[in-house]
Amino acid sequence: MKHPQRYGKVYFFGTCLIDALFPQAGLAAIRLLRRHGLRVVFPPGQSCCGQPAYNSGFFDEARAVALRQVRCFPEDYPVIVPSGSCAGMMKYHYPELFAGHPELETVRRFSARVFEFSRFLADLPGLRLEDRGAPLKATWHSSCHALREMKVIGHAKSLVRRLANVELVELQRESECCGFGGTFAVKQPQISAAMVTDKVDDILDTGAAVVLGIDCGCLMNIAGAMEKRRLPVSCMHLAQFIWERTHETN
Amino acid sequence: MRPTDSFDFAGNVSRALADRQLRRNLRAAMDTLIEKRNSVFPDPQETEALRERGAAIKRRALSRLPALLAQLEEKLTANGIQVHWAETTDAANQAVLDIMRAHGATRLVKGKSMVSEEMHLNPFLQRHGIESMETDLGEFIIQLDNEPPSHIIVPAIHKNRDQVARTFHEKIPDAPYTEDVEELTAIARRTLRRKFFEAQVGLSGVNFAVAETGTLCLVENEGNGRMCTTVPPVHIAVMGLEKVIEKLEDIPPLLRLLTGSATGQLVTTYFNMISGPRKPGEKDGPREVHLIILDNGRTRILADPVMRETLLCVRCGTCLNHCPVYTRLGGHAYGFVYPGPIGEILTPQMEGLARAGVLATASSLCNACEEVCPVKIPIPRLLRRLRRDMAAAADTADPLERLAWKGWALMNRVPLVHALALKAGALLGDRLPAVGPLKAWTGVRTPPRPAARSLHELVRREQGVQNE
Repeated sequence: MKHPQRYGKVYFFGTCLIDALFPQAGLAAIRLLRRHGLRVVFPPGQSCCGQPAYNSGFFDEARAVALRQVRCFPEDYPVIVPSGSCAGMMKYHYPELFAGHPELETVRRFSARVFEFSRFLADLPGLRLEDRGAPLKATWHSSCHALREMKVIGHAKSLVRRLANVELVELQRESECCGFGGTFAVKQPQISAAMVTDKVDDILDTGAAVVLGIDCGCLMNIAGAMEKRRLPVSCMHLAQFIWERTHETN
Repeated sequence: MRPTDSFDFAGNVSRALADRQLRRNLRAAMDTLIEKRNSVFPDPQETEALRERGAAIKRRALSRLPALLAQLEEKLTANGIQVHWAETTDAANQAVLDIMRAHGATRLVKGKSMVSEEMHLNPFLQRHGIESMETDLGEFIIQLDNEPPSHIIVPAIHKNRDQVARTFHEKIPDAPYTEDVEELTAIARRTLRRKFFEAQVGLSGVNFAVAETGTLCLVENEGNGRMCTTVPPVHIAVMGLEKVIEKLEDIPPLLRLLTGSATGQLVTTYFNMISGPRKPGEKDGPREVHLIILDNGRTRILADPVMRETLLCVRCGTCLNHCPVYTRLGGHAYGFVYPGPIGEILTPQMEGLARAGVLATASSLCNACEEVCPVKIPIPRLLRRLRRDMAAAADTADPLERLAWKGWALMNRVPLVHALALKAGALLGDRLPAVGPLKAWTGVRTPPRPAARSLHELVRREQGVQNE
């Protein structure tokens, strides 16, 4: 991994779920990067990493969409992705998806530049996080691909621990899938429902007021299940949580 | 549960999820198995190095499988073990029957063998008037209840102690009702002991077959495997053709991986190395040893450069233990012999996509299986490949789904269409009618709520963000 400070400029890939459903999380991530002095480039042609089609077995459609993203980020800047799952897709699965295709070399060079946001932030030298928020109990959801593909959970949780007024209470089954799995949630709705129901019960047992994570697919799944049960626990992307607690007008 | 043409996975899932006792039993058992595995693999780096080694050994064996099988046959024959090749499970069953008939045998004792489950050997022998007695304690329990195994390693794991107590009391003549584990084990032991001496033939599986020396290796904890392979005058071993490994040297790392992954043991109580029948002057051991080598679709799997990794499997079952789906369903819901993640990739290949392809959708691709697999089978990658094959094959493709992904691709390739779709989503909010995928989603969740302004729009209004 190249040292992040070498780059004055970084690309930001917002992910489709953040774009449409949780734009504040994306904006917060951009603001955190900019506050640290980085210049953030957001190519407007970007859309989705292609993972939904890829995981459903529609490789041609996934490849077409993936190629569109690769072409949106041509310069040699790091590509910052606020999702373990999308980052894993772009970093590890793109080269597999393009194996035997003429674009493979271009894709490889792109994939080498992909970084998950929370690790990138945690690795920034001299990062200061001054917690201006009220004391709060939070719990953490380790999304599968952030944990097992990108392996960034340690970095992400280290950021939470740097917030002085936040008490981090861990889940009993932190490393177990929440049952989202993209189209899995709608193709196997009963199994997915059983999984998210157990995840919500685990969250309730912590007594936390907020669940933090770095994948909006999981957060949408967990938040939707908690809202259906009218539970007073909120779900938030780590970037938004950090920004809201540390920016100066707070 | 025999596989049927009308495999109702959704129905199986409903029933399994509604069975609270089953879910409690499974969760407790899987937690224990995971904890035990962790206790014998404490160092992640060492474990990773060991898994690399295990994968390399099995990959090397697969890469020269035909030569190794020929060498195995030659060495086994030289050792006095008779080798039978079976392309199908029917042929394998017939081979068992032929051997039994040649000896006028009517009673068989069985050690635990997943290949014999794949063959549906017990009902086959029963139809031919032969008593086939399971002697592994777990298999013994489920045979009493006429159930198939629900797990590769611990076949009765779906039952708790009370359920076993009731089964024993109801199904074994003169067995008193007791929930004491030692007493229950003693009842099984008394019943089985007699069967070992009455049987004319003992049947076992094989964990590793060593080509270099012609040795059949059998891993077990109860001693029933050793009884089955030494007490009756004839021993029949059955194995899938992927069980062959190159040399004796390969055994220690594989054995360490297998027992550690399967039951969290550094070593099992028994490790049998069978190298031939009783020799002149020897006082014990079977007079005949046979090995039946089963294909049942394995050479077809081997021919596919991607899917062949399915055949690396050593059947440790740890992917089941770590799977959030298996933990909630148990093995019976999967409808066929091999459940859990390994079943999700193996069964559709053995039974065909039209019949069993649905199993490839029963994964959230959380990667927990791949993370613990002792021979590093890339199960999520193979699941994606099966999903692709299903989307491409005429008898499994869903034309509506294909159309939906075509639309999705268009939206995500053409910025103007993308912008319009985002706008439409924002305007509709959560007022979309709950049909299709949204209906499935909203069973236990509120619908997704698109933001009034997308990130694209927010970024345009944000000072200082560049849009090169």
